[in-house]
Amino acid sequence: MFLQQIINGLTVGGVYALIALGYTLVYGILELINFAHGEIYMIGAYLGIIFIGIFTAVGLTQYSLFLSLFLTFIMSVLVCSAYGFTVEKLAYKPLRNAPRLNPLISAIGVSIFLQNYVMLTQGATDKVFPHVLPVTIIEFYNVTMTTLQLFIIIVSLLLMAGLHLFIMKTKTGKAMRATAQDKVMASLLGINIDRIISVTFVIGSGLAAVAGLMVAMYYGLVNYSIGYIAGIKAFTAAVLGGIGSIPGAMIGGLVLGLIESLGAGYLSSEYKDAYAFIVLIVILLIKPTGLLGKTEGGRS
Amino acid sequence: MKKILFMLWLSLLSMPFMGIKGGAYLFLGICASYGLYIFLANTFDRIKLPAVPFNAKIATTAAIISALILPFLMKDYYTDIAILAGIYIILALGVNIVIGFSGLLHLGFAAFYGIGAYSNALLTTSLGLDFWSALVLTLPLTSLAGFLLAFPSLRLRGDYLAIVTLGFGEIIRLVLNNWDSVTRGPNGISNIPSPVLLGFEIGRLTHYYYLVFGFVLIAAFVVKRVQRSRTGRAWLAIREDETAAESMGINTRKYKYMALTFGAFWAGLAGALFASKMHFVSPESFTFMESVFVVCMIILGGLGSVPGVILGSLILVLLPELLRDFQLYRMLALGVGLVLMMIFRPDGLIKKS
Repeated sequence: MFLQQIINGLTVGGVYALIALGYTLVYGILELINFAHGEIYMIGAYLGIIFIGIFTAVGLTQYSLFLSLFLTFIMSVLVCSAYGFTVEKLAYKPLRNAPRLNPLISAIGVSIFLQNYVMLTQGATDKVFPHVLPVTIIEFYNVTMTTLQLFIIIVSLLLMAGLHLFIMKTKTGKAMRATAQDKVMASLLGINIDRIISVTFVIGSGLAAVAGLMVAMYYGLVNYSIGYIAGIKAFTAAVLGGIGSIPGAMIGGLVLGLIESLGAGYLSSEYKDAYAFIVLIVILLIKPTGLLGKTEGGRS
Repeated sequence: MKKILFMLWLSLLSMPFMGIKGGAYLFLGICASYGLYIFLANTFDRIKLPAVPFNAKIATTAAIISALILPFLMKDYYTDIAILAGIYIILALGVNIVIGFSGLLHLGFAAFYGIGAYSNALLTTSLGLDFWSALVLTLPLTSLAGFLLAFPSLRLRGDYLAIVTLGFGEIIRLVLNNWDSVTRGPNGISNIPSPVLLGFEIGRLTHYYYLVFGFVLIAAFVVKRVQRSRTGRAWLAIREDETAAESMGINTRKYKYMALTFGAFWAGLAGALFASKMHFVSPESFTFMESVFVVCMIILGGLGSVPGVILGSLILVLLPELLRDFQLYRMLALGVGLVLMMIFRPDGLIKKS
């Protein structure tokens, strides 16, 4: 029972961590809570279903399941990143020098828009992810784990490691760190701030797309409203780890996933969604900088 | 050229969701509306609008008088919407104290609205009190809730405050939804009695209209007076610069508590009126979207301005009803409207004082 909940928690936690990275990256650079990020994740989930549908229709899935899944991942990530990029250009860039509450309200507007846009174009009912995946169950010590769960945990860990290397080793990553530390100074040293911000949104949206796609595969169902609650939970994960800190978001996501699944298993599953809020409130009150945060966040 | 490319990009993006045909239509649609915008902007730029002499006192009197005679001219359906608009005005005035006057972005006001509605509903149905004695208990109760929830949230600022208050709002809704033995869960509470005023039952829509209208007048008057008082000025000072306000000797903590308690008071009144008007409450009515909707009202009208808040609430309640055929696109337009408002006119229709 305990080990089972741990595995379920890690699966969900990996997904939270991927979304939380998008929040933390954007917050680190723009100091903006990107309210629309949950919606980007939801769009990623829908794109996965749409693309796998197209590939099945043209017969690619029957030909090679691996290839069509791979292409679905690539296409969803590309289109979803394009969405993130466009949202930033349209709704946040004109507000870069406005008072801090204005971009936040603009982000709420974007979130409402995207939610209703998907509802109007794709319908208000649940969408089903086609049953193309073979389900194999791995069993050990009375614990069951599907291959899909293993896949989700591995993919999220790999992506986190990849992102960490990208931020630490590449030139763009270095520029991102510099921009997060001091925007003015970075631009004086010849870093194109607008480009870095775009890159940040593209990476965050791409990670959210992967998260969305994996959730669509895991639960088999998506709905236009999944973005809101997932967004709040991922934000909680980012705050839990210390907002702005990349390893923090990873750890925060995994810890939140564990708290939620243990709470649902041992306390009460009716209040499952409330745990994230309670964790969030407690952290912000006791240690607003989170587990790994360095800066004086929250009381700026 | 760059703009056309951009429009092409947008329609390409929409293709997975709308299909190839839908994307093409969208492209044509955006191009057409952009052309229309350029045309209108050019025409209006040439015509200079004359400044309309505006007298606040005359305008207020005219608005009150027309509001008084309106129910005789309207169909019941429109009276119904007008009552709803009145309830939202009271709620928005309460939220305006917190967001508009004191600058605390609170995204969980639906919680106080819900607490007001539920406590009035429970007091009248389970304990059998009448509307007025229930109201006397409801208002201190919601104010107390506002005070208690202010305690943890006021240690935070800015966007953190927004998220925490959002969390509180959701927790209260989840409690209403899951505490079956008291709130009857998702089924809600029905058969809430109508108020009785001096032995006269307020049952018909017109009666409700005047009841709500009376409360709107009281709320607008009181809020306006408080805005001009020492307390109101302290709130404004906190909104403009908290550190400066504190160093000028304003007890910012105390005034923030007052703002939240006072704001919750009006939200509770709006909730009680809502419960007795609908004769039914359920957790569905107090979601996060409700909080956002009210925030939209005060942003549209102009943060911190009492006439602005009233105007914004009226527009946002009446417009969707008048454009019933476009109801599906209502929220879509609300989202776009928020973004455009922030970019082009962050001060709202009526500039803040």
